[in-house]
Amino acid sequence: MLLSRTLLKRHTVLPGFDLALGFALLYLSLVVLIPLSAAFFKTFTLTWPQFLEATTTPRVLASYRLTFGASFGAALLNGFFGLITAWVLVRYDFPGKRLVDALVDLPFALPTAVAGIALTALWASNGWIGQWLPFKVSFTPVGVWVALVFIGLPFVVRTVQPVLEDLNRELEEAAATLGASRWQTFAQVILPIVLPAWLTGFALAFARALGEYGSVIFIAGNMPMISEITPLLIITKLEQYDYAGATALAVVMLVVSFGLLLGINGLQAWARKRQGGM
Amino acid sequence: MNTLVLPQVAPNVAGVAPRAIRSATTEPAWVRRLLIGAALAFMTLFLFVPLAIVFVEAFKKGVGVYLAAISDPDALSAIRLTLIATGISVPLNLVFGVAAAWAITKFDFRGKQVLLTLIDLPFSVSPVIAGLIYVLVFGLQGWCGEWLRDHDLKIIFAVPGIVLATLFVTFPFIARELIPLMQAQGIEQEEAARVLGANGWQMFRRVTLPNIQWALLYGVILCNARAMGEFGAVSVVSGHIRGQTNTIPLHIEIAYNEYQFAAAFAVASLLAGLALVTLVAKYAVEQRLKREETHHEH
Repeated sequence: MLLSRTLLKRHTVLPGFDLALGFALLYLSLVVLIPLSAAFFKTFTLTWPQFLEATTTPRVLASYRLTFGASFGAALLNGFFGLITAWVLVRYDFPGKRLVDALVDLPFALPTAVAGIALTALWASNGWIGQWLPFKVSFTPVGVWVALVFIGLPFVVRTVQPVLEDLNRELEEAAATLGASRWQTFAQVILPIVLPAWLTGFALAFARALGEYGSVIFIAGNMPMISEITPLLIITKLEQYDYAGATALAVVMLVVSFGLLLGINGLQAWARKRQGGM
Repeated sequence: MNTLVLPQVAPNVAGVAPRAIRSATTEPAWVRRLLIGAALAFMTLFLFVPLAIVFVEAFKKGVGVYLAAISDPDALSAIRLTLIATGISVPLNLVFGVAAAWAITKFDFRGKQVLLTLIDLPFSVSPVIAGLIYVLVFGLQGWCGEWLRDHDLKIIFAVPGIVLATLFVTFPFIARELIPLMQAQGIEQEEAARVLGANGWQMFRRVTLPNIQWALLYGVILCNARAMGEFGAVSVVSGHIRGQTNTIPLHIEIAYNEYQFAAAFAVASLLAGLALVTLVAKYAVEQRLKREETHHEH
């Protein structure tokens, strides 16, 4: 009763608002909000210099460089091939297209541990792919990048695809009539329309890669300073009973993720506006 | 009946060979082939081959080794625990998803946008951190640690911790599938049911549920796949006690780290099979939803 009286903006004949919202808020608090707040409260037990020290040791800084660098590199490759894949799936016909379309989501459905051992076996120096390469991939930072490419693959495809499907062909016809080459039409008409969705997909892939653990730890080799990602460092600290240190690192990652989440929400609002304006 | 042949390209204008005419909104054939080739090569390298190697490695040492690996007592107890954790977390998130979607899509209230953002929150939290926060609450040094110890209750390094971690990482799935669909469906049908005298339960069961059943199923499928496959969060809270707190993904990790590759890939192939079933079911439900959408429009 209290909820409906204070929050509802207008009268309604539909039932269940108090029950539904009340349960949703209770469940959200118990499962997500209260446990998450524990990370911040635990960090407050550290003084500011202690916090800085825990989050900026050389080993931690090396893990940031690897985590952010490999995530960015993986999102870039996915951005490039994701756009091509979305384009090909929307515009062209080829044998096996429906199968390819359905399998794009595989990284969402395949457990990360399974992906981890499969990629490690493939890219190891005696593996199906690794044996043809002049350099090592498994157990190096390149391996981290390979795993992050895999888990970020669906994002750009799945954000760009619906925009391309809804794209008004008349725009392209108009551009062609006005004398634009096919490349000019793509670069100056299609690309600007797709850009917000592409950026959203890129940011989603990047954000997902930052927190990834399961697929990376098998292929990374996990050498401190070289191929150790930040989530693994959190676990290492936890196993040494350094709860405050582990939590300090977690808070750094949480703040970055929340920032990205806000950015992505902004991008999505922009994308909707762009599309609505078409 | 099939005698009518439609021209594939623009009609042949005075002496220009038909193949020289290309629609202004497509690319030359070589560009198309190049792009299709690039997309397929990328997908093959990063999707198809990794999927294939799971099954090849699983059966490399023969069916006997495969069967022995998946019927190993530790493997069986891992499967049992995974089924328990999934069996608890999917229904709970289902109830939450329906409740949250009902409140958000059928009512206009203050703070809706904030609630929407909070529901998505678990997706942007690293699985490792999802495990860590439960250790901070329920672990021996955590908020409830002493109380739990005094009452002889174990959450971390025990089954309840695994269930909680699974709940957290699969939290948004069902709500996220339902909200856009129910938003698009509006409230007229439910209002009509109410005006015609249906009580709340009748309205929900006869009007709302049939409208959302496929999206609901879709959300359950995605939630289930993630619940069975979760690794990072569960790994932090499990304690890796063999035969007791190992789920399927953790069992794979242990077998792999002990160089029992065939056994690791055999158990992994079960999850890869589940992933394929998930994709097929997802595809079928998507087609169904699309058909209903066009059905509604006409």
